[in-house]
Formats: sequence, C-alpha cells, structure tokens
Amino acid sequence: MTVWEKLRPYGMVAPAIIIFSLFFIYPIFYMIYLSMFDWNFVSPTKTFVGLQNFKDLLTEPDFRQVLTNTTIYTVLTVTLTTGIALLLALWLNRKSFFHGFVQGAIFSPHIISLVSISLLWSWLMDPEYGLLNWVIGLAGFGKLEWLSHPSTSLISLVMVAVWKGLGYNALVFIAGLQSIPADIYEAASLDRSKPWTTFTKLILPMLSPTIFFLVIINMIGSFQVFETIAIMTQGGPVNSTNTLVYYIYEYGFRFFKIGYASAAGVILLFIVGILTMIYFKLLSNRVHYR
Amino acid sequence: MAKIELKNISKKFKDDTVIENLNLTIKDGSFTVLVGPSGCGKSTTLRMVAGLEKQSGGEIWIDDKCVNDTPPGLRDVAMVFQNYALYPTMTVRGNIEFGLKNRGVARNERDKLVKDISEIVGLTPHMDKKPQNLSGGQRQRVALARAMVKKPKVFILDEPLSNLDAKLRNQMRTELIQLHKRLGTTFVYVTHDQVEAMSMGDEIVVMNKGVIQQADSPMKLYHDPANLFTAEFIGTPAMNMMKMRDVQGLDIQSTASIGHVGFRPEQALINAGADFEGYAIEGDILTRESLGAESIYQIQARTGVFFVKTFLAPLETADRVKVTIPYDQLYYFGLSGERLRGIEASPKRLVAAGGI
Repeated sequence: MTVWEKLRPYGMVAPAIIIFSLFFIYPIFYMIYLSMFDWNFVSPTKTFVGLQNFKDLLTEPDFRQVLTNTTIYTVLTVTLTTGIALLLALWLNRKSFFHGFVQGAIFSPHIISLVSISLLWSWLMDPEYGLLNWVIGLAGFGKLEWLSHPSTSLISLVMVAVWKGLGYNALVFIAGLQSIPADIYEAASLDRSKPWTTFTKLILPMLSPTIFFLVIINMIGSFQVFETIAIMTQGGPVNSTNTLVYYIYEYGFRFFKIGYASAAGVILLFIVGILTMIYFKLLSNRVHYR
Repeated sequence: MAKIELKNISKKFKDDTVIENLNLTIKDGSFTVLVGPSGCGKSTTLRMVAGLEKQSGGEIWIDDKCVNDTPPGLRDVAMVFQNYALYPTMTVRGNIEFGLKNRGVARNERDKLVKDISEIVGLTPHMDKKPQNLSGGQRQRVALARAMVKKPKVFILDEPLSNLDAKLRNQMRTELIQLHKRLGTTFVYVTHDQVEAMSMGDEIVVMNKGVIQQADSPMKLYHDPANLFTAEFIGTPAMNMMKMRDVQGLDIQSTASIGHVGFRPEQALINAGADFEGYAIEGDILTRESLGAESIYQIQARTGVFFVKTFLAPLETADRVKVTIPYDQLYYFGLSGERLRGIEASPKRLVAAGGI
C-alpha cells in the first residue's frame, strides 16, 4: 500500500471534517471557555470568574421565566404542529386536484422567510387595525390584545410557528402514509378492523419513525426560536415571550455580557443534548423501522 | 364451506374494461385455481370475491347470499396476499389474533385458537418475533395462519408462492394441498404459473383478457382443451401448433375450416418404426435438454420450430430425425381458435388422377 492509498480516505473526508470542526466543534468549546469569563467583547482583558456566570443565571428570576417560556412554547408548538399536521395528512392523502391544491397552499408558508412572516403576522395581529381582530369582531367577540398582552403574547407566537410548520410536517406525514402498502389496509379490512383500530393499531405504529423524526426536528427548532421574537415582540411584554436564544442574543449583542450569554448558551446546549438523548433512548425501543 | 357464484360480472377501471360478463361457479369445497397470463383479470376477479374491489356490474353470491354490498370483513373470506401483507409492527401472535380480537373472541378461546393454528403451521417457536425477523417461508406461514385462524368459508390466495424460492415453493405447494384436504374449505387460488395450477387445483379456470377460456379439471384441460389458448397455455413445453396451410400429407375428412393443427410434445415419437401409423414430419434437432428421466428436443421442421419430449429413452444423437404423431393425438382448431372435435385424419394416399 502506497502512502497515497493510506492517506486518500482521510483526504476525502478532510473538507467535511475541517468545516465541521471550524464551525461546530470549535465554537462549542470556545463558548464553554467564554462562559467562565467576564468579558464585554471589545476590551483586551478577560476576567476569569469560574462558574459565577452559571450561579448568576440560575438565581436570576428572569432566566427562570425564560426557561419556562421556552418550555411552554416548545411543548405547545411541537404537539400542535405534529398533531394537526397528522390530521391534515390523513385527510390530504388522496389524489385529487382539490387535495393537491390544499397541500400546496399549506406548504407555502414553509418557503417564505421568517422575517416576512413575522412582519405579516405583526400586522394581522395588530389590536387596533389587524385583520384577526376585525374577523373576530364580525363574529361578535371582543378584541384580543394578541402580542401586546402577556397573557396572549406567547400563544400568539405559537400560532405563527404552527402555521409556518404545518405544511412541511403534513408533507412528511403524507410521505410516511404513502409508504404504507395498500395491502395492509386490505388485510385489515378482511380482519374486520374498524377505522379507529386500523389507525391506532396499524397506521400510528407504522408512522412512528415519521412522528419521531418530526418531534425531534420540531423540538430542536422550537428551542432555538429567535426571528419571530426578535421582530414581533423583542421578548415582551414584561418578558412574557423571552426565550432562551433571544435571551442569549440580548445579553451577548445588546448588553455585551458575552460570558453570561455564553453560560446561557451552554445551558441551552445541555438541555437540547439531554432531550435528544432521552428521545433516542426512550423511543428507539418503541419506534418501528422496517 | 361455501359455493361461490359470479353472475354476469364486469369490471371497468375508468374507461378500460378488464372483465366483461363473466360467469363462474366455484364448487363448494373445491380447490379452484384461476390461471392466466398477467393482466388477464384473474387477480381482479379474486379481489372482487374478497370485496376489495367493487364490480362494475353483476352479482357475487357466496352460498345463498348475495354479497354485492357486504364489506370484505363480513363476507367470511380470508385472503393470503402475494406479499403476505403482514402487520409489520405486530408480533406473529399479534398478526394471527388481530382478526379474532376484532371479532371480539374471548381471550381464552383466542389463545387456544392461536396455539392450535401455530402448531399446525409450525410457528410455535416464533410467536413473539416481528415479521421482519422471519424468513420468507415463515412469513408465508404467518399469512396462512392469520387466514386459517378465522375459520373462513372461503380461502382466497393471490399468488402466495411467487415470492418463495423454487424448493420452498414445491414444499409449500404440497403443504397447501394437504391443508385443503384437512380443512375441506373452498380454496380459490390465483397464479400465472400453469404448473402450479395443474399440480394444485382440482378445478382450473383458464382466463385470458378477462374472458374465461375453459373451466375444467386439470386432466380434462390437458387432454381436451376447448380452444387454442388453453391448448397452448397448459403443458410444459406447450402444445406444438402448426398452421393448417403448412401441413402437408394429411388427409382430413371434414368440411370445417381448420386454422391450426396441434400435438403435445410428449405424444410425438422420434424415429418410430415404419409400420407406425401417424403423421410424420422431418426436421433437424436444434437443442437437446436432458433432464434425467425425460429429454426435450427442439426441432426445426418445415412447419416451424416444435418440441418433442421423450421419457426414459436414450438421448437421440442424430441431427435429422423423423417425428411421428399418432393421428388420434392431433388436435384441430378453427380459424378463430375454437377446438374442432371429431375430425378424422389419415395419410394422404396418392390417387392417380383419372385412373389407369
């Protein structure tokens, strides 16, 4: 074996390894490093503070509020998006012009940039001039404050996220449904399976890899929600929509407390890591792969 | 046990008529095989009996009940699918008892039924495995067990052996025949393989282009085909066909217009003695297939290429041979392919014109 033959495989994967190290591995370690310093991004000196940043974070009531917000936002977004998308997919999984049109229509938000969507929904949800309040006014209900009141602001953001994610989720579900062979349904009908039994005993278990995939993807996405919050609410009113990533952004790039922000980043990394691990551990035994 | 009757059944897929005006009675307790080339409508017919496909016209009767509007689950039929259609998320036990659970069979009885069936098909050690961990033959058995456990009136099998290798297929074939004997239930079996049809069925329905060509017992089908299609479809190698205009030296006493003359490869004799009465053709042997007990020759003659099959005879080494077919083994077919019966043939005698 020549030297070239020995090196060739390493040479082949080198670009991927370099990019991965540079943009993923290095930042993670640099973030962990920074989380132990007090630094404002520009001053030449960094002060080592050990775990003080973490201590501050965990005793800070605002941060606890942020964690709660993020959790509520994630749980609601993931369950609503996946659940509604599954129902939609069951309905849309047939061939007709109408069903194709609806599928295309609900998919379109997926390809629009989040910034545009945020601006659009800010306008729709405007308490005075917004279309949504006009519609519920027509239906005879009182006006809602939407983004301007702490009690409705977070759920309003969830609505936007669900609206945007629905099409993509439904599309993945439809693909999952179509991978179930038709003769399984036929066998079930010969076995006198009622529609509900067929759904719970056959379709749902066979869709489990799809559900698993979407829950993971949606959860990681929701935990990192940023654009809608930055544009629509800036974490307000009274911190009711402040989430982990927005909190990190604020401390890092507006208050220039980079060590403190990095510590929050480490916590985010930790949470997402733990969640992913739990999911893989718990569900890998119960998810059916063909 | 049940008799199945199809009355004037037709099936259209959009504008495409697959089956038109089909009438068929499947006898109670019979092992009926629907056989034909792919696309002949045999699977569609089967699926209509099962209720998985709705006929465009006509009536389907199972016993004395018209099942036109009966959903598949209530027709008391069980089906074995070509790809088995096992529930991949369920264990073998789950697959077998799913139908029983849906019928509300009590747990004790269910367990007993599942246990009995799994012993019959030899699945007892595999009850807690998922289908993906089973071999093709075992999956086949699960599919059979799932059908059997419901004790249906009718068993429907849609090319159930086509995914198995040759050895296993032969084994399952005999097992299915035994199973049919033991259960005594009506079996309706679809295959495109005429060997499978001949070896398993006690009643064979030959179909082509949505039309029943002949429905008969295997031996009747073989010895007395109703038309050109059946004659050429049944038998390996198929019946040899000669166009009438190529046939010379045969004196036929008939006024009917004959399109084709055929003979079975195994009825022809190679280099028979001079005193042997029959229609003789000379030809060159193209290939020799020696299968041990039997040999198959491909022979090029003036009338075209045909096959001859011999049993326990030494391999013919000569290149040019004379092939003789007894006169009573010649089959005649009309211009539109229908069988012509009662035609006598004899060697053409040289009759001097005008006499001497």
